[in-house]
Amino acid sequence: MYIIVVGGGKVGYYLTKTLVNEGYEVFLIEKNPAKVQVYRDRFGAIVMQGDGAEVATLAAAGAGRADVVIAVTGDDEDNLVICQMARERFGVRRTIARVNNPKNEELFRKLGIDVTVSQTNVILSIIEQQIPERPFVHLMALRHADLAIVEAKVSQDSPVIHQPIWQIELPPEVIITAILRHGELIIPTGQTVIEPGDELIVVTKQQREAELRELLTGPPA
Amino acid sequence: MRILIVGCGRVGSRLAIEFVAEGHRVSIVDQRQEAFRRLPDHFPGQLVLGTGIDEDVLRSAGIESADVFVAVTEDDNTNIMAAQIAQAIYQVPKVILRIYDPERAEVYRGLGLTVVCPTRTVADMIEEQVRQHRPARVSG
Repeated sequence: MYIIVVGGGKVGYYLTKTLVNEGYEVFLIEKNPAKVQVYRDRFGAIVMQGDGAEVATLAAAGAGRADVVIAVTGDDEDNLVICQMARERFGVRRTIARVNNPKNEELFRKLGIDVTVSQTNVILSIIEQQIPERPFVHLMALRHADLAIVEAKVSQDSPVIHQPIWQIELPPEVIITAILRHGELIIPTGQTVIEPGDELIVVTKQQREAELRELLTGPPA
Repeated sequence: MRILIVGCGRVGSRLAIEFVAEGHRVSIVDQRQEAFRRLPDHFPGQLVLGTGIDEDVLRSAGIESADVFVAVTEDDNTNIMAAQIAQAIYQVPKVILRIYDPERAEVYRGLGLTVVCPTRTVADMIEEQVRQHRPARVSG
């Protein structure tokens, strides 16, 4: 798999380093020549100086054969245009944009960016996961087919407890993919019985989230 | 018409002055206060300080009721993002933007935006002038 990373700030640097270590073919584009020099000493020839929104730069980086383009500069407008140029001009099938202003996540998805990563929202959701009063946490949104991955803690009041999954009337387009019980991971089958306190990882259509929340965590207090 | 202009540079300020003179309701956004000095005193349009890629700023500039949206900041990508907010989120009937980079201009024209590319336009005009030139003396 060939991945192009645009933006050599801290995020771009550590991302490139991690992807290289995991064995991916990676290419990093950075505007600032001084940074490029430093990164070249570390990564070798996979670092190029240039503007990732420019056709000439993307072409030189081999965007035509890239599987993924990830734009992680500090400017949302640049990340948006880099991803759109990669897709429209080079047919890159998967584009990922860092979103600095969390308000832009929805806009980016509407404009065809496959995945958006908002540091603000990631940190927020980590905080939410640590707060026990939040039994239902939205983990990730997937633009394709409007899917979301959510984590839900099954409450004592939930109508689904002590029932095998096949008997539970889940909303349509909802799949329980994993159960965490006493720190252990269970991959559920139809026979698996849901217990209070179970933490479920569920893939759901985004419009089913509210329904699902009530079913698993009980009626709102 | 209600016209919203993002970018109060030479082009943006000039457009604002002309549209107001033609009787349109104009609001103009720029992130630098000093940019508004390009407008005359007692300019009757609405001046909004802020970035044109922030929906809150655009809403306070009246994007929800705008008939025409013009993005003419110095930065291509800012213009592109602002124009797409106007087009995709607020469905402004007419969205016009400036993109200096001819390759980017082509891509976004293909996505249905009305793009003005000064680089291409100026190059075409100069080429045309060169072609029309007939040397007085024929060499050789």
